[in-house]
Amino acid sequence: MSEAVSNIDEIKTTPWAGGHSPFKVEYGKMMMWFFLLSDAFTFSSLLISYGALRFSMPTWPAADKVFQSVPGLVDSGYPLVFVGIMTFILIMSSVTMVLAVEAGHRNSKKEVVMWMIFTIIGGFMFLGCQALEWTHLHHEGFWWASIPGNEHTLKEFFNEAPGVGLDAQKTAAQAFANLFFTITGFHGFHVFSGVIINIVITLNVLAGTYQKRGSYLMIEKVGLYWHFVDLVWVFVFTFFYLV
Amino acid sequence: MSSHTDVTSHDHDHEHGEGMTAKKIWRVFFILLGITVIEFFIALYCVPQHVFSISVANPIYIVLTLAKAFYIVAYFMHLKFEKVGLVYSIIVPILFIIGLILVLTNESHHWIGLRGVVVPE
Repeated sequence: MSEAVSNIDEIKTTPWAGGHSPFKVEYGKMMMWFFLLSDAFTFSSLLISYGALRFSMPTWPAADKVFQSVPGLVDSGYPLVFVGIMTFILIMSSVTMVLAVEAGHRNSKKEVVMWMIFTIIGGFMFLGCQALEWTHLHHEGFWWASIPGNEHTLKEFFNEAPGVGLDAQKTAAQAFANLFFTITGFHGFHVFSGVIINIVITLNVLAGTYQKRGSYLMIEKVGLYWHFVDLVWVFVFTFFYLV
Repeated sequence: MSSHTDVTSHDHDHEHGEGMTAKKIWRVFFILLGITVIEFFIALYCVPQHVFSISVANPIYIVLTLAKAFYIVAYFMHLKFEKVGLVYSIIVPILFIIGLILVLTNESHHWIGLRGVVVPE
């Protein structure tokens, strides 16, 4: 037999020919990315529907009039302060999450646990704030399929605009309430499941699962999910509270 | 394809050289915080004091939001340091979202007219 190998039998070494993984990421991490992509589509659809409905109305509740309380402290006059606190909490918990990932690269179990606990606390604080925000809006009369019954109360949520009647304001307020509770609710549900996942992973770290495995890659995967939740909030914040 | 042949030796220092150090993480945090502070400044000072109108502020908000999204995805989610194939498989499908935005914003301008017809004031 000749030792020369014909071209067709040569072992393929390039990534796209099957030589090695072209993406250079572990299977679970890649699947997390694709899951997040699909989740991004879901949230985009919700936010784009919100945009479309808002564009199709002659008026819309003004954000600085709807969100001007700090629940538990002041009832009005401080627009955006409370949501500012919420945004800060979520960005902060994203930072502690990357710090946990970074500690995982150094195989430092103690630091991973510490940063994961901070992340979980941040998640709970955000959920608590959201519960307060929801309760406050609910007391004002907003809910799914429900708006403030009093016409004077309702008028206070709108900037004055010529030619916009009460009917248009009612329609807009109702669309606003439904979209607000659906979208922040769906986001809050993601935060909640993220906190649960973080707790499970932290317990695994404490049990030494990843130490035995020799890598803290799992922290990176839940980290991706947690950052995605933060990413969605960045968009929810802009389109509900600023624009 | 040929660019991939010497990838294996590079990848090793790639992972260690460009990972997120604690210092870099805090830098990204302060960038995100700074952008958010600018957004609040526009919403609480510039618009109420009529420095510029809401129609100027809105595009600024969207650009700042996309900047924040870039920093979160690129650095916190580490996508900037992944292989280009993975980056494109995540980024390119976003074009569908842009498509839906174009279709529905265009459509919504027609809905205003329809509302006038169906529900006369």
